[in-house]
Amino acid sequence: MCGKILHKVRIYYKATYTYKIFRMFLGELESFLTTLGNIALFGLDLLKGLRSFPTTFKEIMAQASRFGVSSLPITLSIVGMTSVIIAMQVAGEMVKQGAGNYVGMLVAILMVREEGVIMAGFAIISMIGSSLASEIATMKVTEQIDAIRVLRVNPVHYLFTPRVIAGTLMMPLVVIVASVFGILGGAVASNWASGLTYKAYFDSVWFGLNMHDLNVCILKSLAFGFVISLISCSCGMEAKDGAKGVGIATTKAVVWSFVAIVILDLIFAAMFFY
Amino acid sequence: MGIEVKNLVKSFDKKVILDNISFKVEDGKILSIVGFSGSGKSTVLKLISGLIEKDSGEINTSGGDIAMVFQYSALFDSLNVFDNISFALQERKDLRGKFKRKDLERIVAEKLELVGLSGIEDKYPSELSGGMQKRVSFARAIVTEPKIILYDEPTAGLDPISSTLIEDYIVRLKNETNAASIVVTHQMSTIKRTADSVLMLYNGHAVFEGSPQELLEEKTPYTKQFVNASLDGPMKMK
Repeated sequence: MCGKILHKVRIYYKATYTYKIFRMFLGELESFLTTLGNIALFGLDLLKGLRSFPTTFKEIMAQASRFGVSSLPITLSIVGMTSVIIAMQVAGEMVKQGAGNYVGMLVAILMVREEGVIMAGFAIISMIGSSLASEIATMKVTEQIDAIRVLRVNPVHYLFTPRVIAGTLMMPLVVIVASVFGILGGAVASNWASGLTYKAYFDSVWFGLNMHDLNVCILKSLAFGFVISLISCSCGMEAKDGAKGVGIATTKAVVWSFVAIVILDLIFAAMFFY
Repeated sequence: MGIEVKNLVKSFDKKVILDNISFKVEDGKILSIVGFSGSGKSTVLKLISGLIEKDSGEINTSGGDIAMVFQYSALFDSLNVFDNISFALQERKDLRGKFKRKDLERIVAEKLELVGLSGIEDKYPSELSGGMQKRVSFARAIVTEPKIILYDEPTAGLDPISSTLIEDYIVRLKNETNAASIVVTHQMSTIKRTADSVLMLYNGHAVFEGSPQELLEEKTPYTKQFVNASLDGPMKMK
């Protein structure tokens, strides 16, 4: 009797939305942990393989040009516009308050510590991370990764190494160019919006920036480059079930990379500026 | 020895795909594995090639390399034919740096000649027909002189004439390399033209094992249904 009642309760419970939502939550949690675990395992495998350096300079350069050259126009546009917006909004007000001499410093610190890196990160994720993920995902669903394995080549070493090395090394270059562009954009916007002279602006930039900011900027961009390329490649490797799987892997790579760099940014801020 | 498989078991998500499968393929012989889609044929190849892990059972091979020709060729589309074929020689840890460019060019030219495609080293997979892609994947498979060659539906998606050509090359490669080969196929023509023995799978079980001649004699309900491509019989489509 008791068993029958329990059975009916179980059937009723399984039909409820609570149960369905709970199952969905468990499914998402499992997927999250699987992806996290895979990224960690691929990362370890990649680092292990680096000892034998399983790639060529030519392949790294090919990937570097993809990271640097292909992403630069969109990165410069985003960072440039962001700095112009910031300068336009604050320059007039600061000049009015007699703090015009600090506009350049404000824009430069924002660019070097935060905006240049994070905006370049977002641009690289959208342009390059998504393309890396879809490229590897397509190779996965068309059995090219299996073919690499059967030929006794480690796909993580072969595919990840040049991409992750290129991503890690190119990111600081992109960030430096973008930050300089952003600071220049800020100068033009400040001059246009509040009549602040270029000399006053750049004096303020030199006054405000220091080597610590630049070092942290480079360190952070190295970390961003590594994480973006590793996550993108790893999510690509998780793809299954044809074209739909490629789409899912690409979306996952973009979302995970966005979240990862924001978390990293928080960690860097806490470590170096708190 | 070739390949010897004993009591092979493989499940996915609690569903048994292969249940106690055993067979043997000698060097220089071809086994055709036939059966419905989803009967576990390709899983056998993936287990032998090491792409997936078995649950239990034994897979013994005579050593040496195992090559696999994939259903849709799986050529690396960002590499040209030369780099596709010489991929293992250039990228494999134990072979990297051992071959000079001239050696690679000679080996690739030899393999391309073997599959009747000389002079296409600079072409990319997208510039080749399905049949040509398949033959390039044959050349890529045999570049390391494998002792075992696995073919996953090698004639899938090809016209009858291209299929015949591919079947001829399967036999030719067997003769040239003396490798033990397994051909997963649905096509009777492939079985007739290439196989020395046939294994039929249904629902994870081996329901027939014998020569192509015995298959064609339709002595069991399974072989009768398969040869006649009939809906009536013990094998039910899901």
